[in-house]
Amino acid sequence: MSNFVDIALLAFLALVALAVTRTLNLFATVALTGIYSLLMASIFTTLDAVDVAFTEAAVGAGISTVLFLATMALTTSHEKPHHHHNWAAIMATLITGSALVYGTLDMPHFGDPQAPIHQHVAPHYIEISPNEIGVPNMVTSVLATYRGYDTLGETAVIFTACMAVLLLLQRDRRGGNRNVMAVPDADQRRGGQSMQHAMILRVFSKFFIPLIFLFGLYVQFHGDYGPGGGFQAGVIFASGFILYTLVFGLEKARQVIPPRTLQALVAFGLLLYAGTGIATLVMGGQFLEYKALAHEATHGEHLGILFIELGVGITVAAVMTTIFFTFAGRGRS
Amino acid sequence: MSDFWGLYNYWIAIFLMMVGFYNVIARGNLIKKLIGLNIFQTSVFLLYISMGKVEGGSAPIVGAGISSFSNPLPHVLILTAIVVGVATTSVGLALVVRIKEAYGTIEEDELIAQESVTQ
Repeated sequence: MSNFVDIALLAFLALVALAVTRTLNLFATVALTGIYSLLMASIFTTLDAVDVAFTEAAVGAGISTVLFLATMALTTSHEKPHHHHNWAAIMATLITGSALVYGTLDMPHFGDPQAPIHQHVAPHYIEISPNEIGVPNMVTSVLATYRGYDTLGETAVIFTACMAVLLLLQRDRRGGNRNVMAVPDADQRRGGQSMQHAMILRVFSKFFIPLIFLFGLYVQFHGDYGPGGGFQAGVIFASGFILYTLVFGLEKARQVIPPRTLQALVAFGLLLYAGTGIATLVMGGQFLEYKALAHEATHGEHLGILFIELGVGITVAAVMTTIFFTFAGRGRS
Repeated sequence: MSDFWGLYNYWIAIFLMMVGFYNVIARGNLIKKLIGLNIFQTSVFLLYISMGKVEGGSAPIVGAGISSFSNPLPHVLILTAIVVGVATTSVGLALVVRIKEAYGTIEEDELIAQESVTQ
């Protein structure tokens, strides 16, 4: 039965991808990619990757869709039609695709427990990690401990991407010589576009936003025991802020969390992560060896995971919100 | 037949990858290129997660009465890759916004035409 669901969802996914290619209206394309991500998240759930499904649903169907829409508001929403097929590109994709399909013929079948991928480190993670780390969610224990360096690096990449977006978009367009007279005008134009006057949206988002934040907190702090963790909680928090901004306007959102505070949080999360590593060094362990944090090994692991997941959550939430604010604020200057 | 369904997930991943690849190389609109890049990226996610699935397995969270788990390692890699992916996509989108402001267009052929005029 689950196999049937899997097959049907994957077929839908392929159809939506084709529709994305054929549609010239970029608004429609971005709406399709939202559907695409939701389908992808459902597939991840059927494939047992619940943590990944969480992230894909919040990122793909939420944040990245909104970012694409914000970019289109600043550029264009129509693609120039091309009347001829690009045969060179079609040939290139066909040849590459056939080579890849030929490569899969030797691959172990889907779901095969004897596949090489399940023989190397996975048994260690599955059999030993629940006792060694004391955390039931193996994804969390691998993410935070065995691959803690990777995760630190990835948090740093997200931090760097945020800096790049700020450098590209935050500067005033005409060398800081902002035209003050034009601002109220632009504000009015934008004010009409924010959803402040849509009563149903306003009431419902007021009702839902606290629930989104509550759920974000649950995902953040319950990530050791159930699906969840810093990355998921961060994107869920950010989608709550983005929803608030979309409905109540950028000015109000900036009063709730000033951009300066957000930018400080971007750095704070990463520093908290790296600081946990330094703390383990000071307390006699190796870098990010959480055992050193407390007298008992699993207690130390719990503390370490709590801190670094919090660091990841803060950085991810702050980065996503900052990026969205930067895109949304670009249209005003 | 079992061969077909046994490899079906990978083939869909390859199909999606090629659709994304086509959008990246054949389309002139920079936003469409980035959408193609996103599809390409998610196809890799699908490939990894499909490989991690174990027949009859469960989500890798210890619980009473569960003895068979899917592989947690691909989940960790892809979970972080999704968030890193959206962060890097936003850098791409920021570049698109700046290109639009500098050139007034985000169609590749028009950009190339403008560049060749200025040279």
